[in-house]
Amino acid sequence: MENRTDKNSYTIIFAIGMVLVVGALLAYLASTLKPKITENQRLEKQQNILYAMGINDNDETSAVFISTDKAPEAFETNVTDQIVITVNPDGKVVKTQSRAEYLEETKQEPYLIDVKKQQAAVKTGGNRKLPLFVGKNPEGEKVYVAPIYGKGLWDAIWGYVAMDENMVVRGAYFDHKGETPGLGANIKQRYFMDDFYGEHLLTKNGAFKGITVAKGNADPKNNDKTDNEVDAIAGATITGDGVTAMIKKDLKLYLPYFNSLKGK
Amino acid sequence: MAKDSRLILDPLTDNNPITIQVLGICSALAITAELEASIVMSVSVLFVMGVGNVVISLMRNIIPSKIRIIAQLIVVATLVIIVDLVLKAFAYELSKTLSVFVGLIITNCIIMGRFEAFALGNGPWRSFLDGIGNALGYGIILIIVGFFRELLGSGTLLGIPVLGDPIEKTGLYALGYENNGFMLLSPMALIVVGIIIWVQRSRNKDLIED
Repeated sequence: MENRTDKNSYTIIFAIGMVLVVGALLAYLASTLKPKITENQRLEKQQNILYAMGINDNDETSAVFISTDKAPEAFETNVTDQIVITVNPDGKVVKTQSRAEYLEETKQEPYLIDVKKQQAAVKTGGNRKLPLFVGKNPEGEKVYVAPIYGKGLWDAIWGYVAMDENMVVRGAYFDHKGETPGLGANIKQRYFMDDFYGEHLLTKNGAFKGITVAKGNADPKNNDKTDNEVDAIAGATITGDGVTAMIKKDLKLYLPYFNSLKGK
Repeated sequence: MAKDSRLILDPLTDNNPITIQVLGICSALAITAELEASIVMSVSVLFVMGVGNVVISLMRNIIPSKIRIIAQLIVVATLVIIVDLVLKAFAYELSKTLSVFVGLIITNCIIMGRFEAFALGNGPWRSFLDGIGNALGYGIILIIVGFFRELLGSGTLLGIPVLGDPIEKTGLYALGYENNGFMLLSPMALIVVGIIIWVQRSRNKDLIED
């Protein structure tokens, strides 16, 4: 006689049952844990921004965030304003709002603006909101932190770049969703992120050039800060190209704002 | 019937999932450029294989044979996602370290292989031992490969420089030694695994197929 579990009807019932059980379990778990996960992500954004500004618990070699219980307070005191620049699809500035103005309009903190959604908005012809976090770093310099977002080899990569008013990098933080451990994943290692410190995003003439993650630039110690290049990670070419691309594409949009600072 | 202890010990040597069964090669190539990543992956697979084998073994009499592969895939994916969600809520830092491994664990063919070859036909306790044994056998190879790739490719171990500073030319580098950047690329992982297979088979001639 045929085995009970070989019947088509049993197979279909089993499949439906399993999908229902697993689906319900995962949906329940995801929705109960969601508030906690969202809160963790919010704190992480604060930590990321503070990290790029140079406010972190780094030891000699590894990147360590300021702890989550100290982050909200440090964010409050060190980030003095959160500017939101709205640009149209051609990159022309439509309006510039301070944090207070933006909060009044949208009831949302500017640092929670989703860069990915803003990039997508441009594709459908909409305006893009560019958040820019203003604060003082531990050396007492005024720095501007901008979020960037792009694609690596496998999945999304993103970061925060702190700059002074001449668009010279004063700190950078990169992160990724699923780059190869040991290779592309190393963009969040100190030896890669620290290389960006002091690099110029502009050419000598003040045009925007970005920073290229370059292979064989003959400057592994990164002594030359005006060559718009940092040393690439061996075996992580595509992730490196992704970093180059997101810096070029996203930070370029901030150039008009930085130019307007000089006029003042 | 094999003794329970063989279930743990065999996969470590004469029935190693990577060097003998040649399973799990994809992740062995992908993540062994650094020792730390190898260790994290080994521990993750140890957990998923141990629990997954038990779950599949408990379900072995109710899973229809026509869709057993899909059922196995669902079990392993569910386990991994549950762990990922719980870590994201309660151990966010740890979850960030592990998140890149999630996809690699779900698609690891050793896990599917053991579900299919062992857990479907054996009781929970023996399946658990089999899972642990195979994960350990997998982990050992991963750690050996990771050790050599990081040492020869970057001159570091667990991120700590052990051969001196390649840029300042200290330690071994002062004598003209250079890191072999090729070690960081996947093909060299395949060659390292090949060397391990060669060494293992030359020591135990029974493993050589005709």
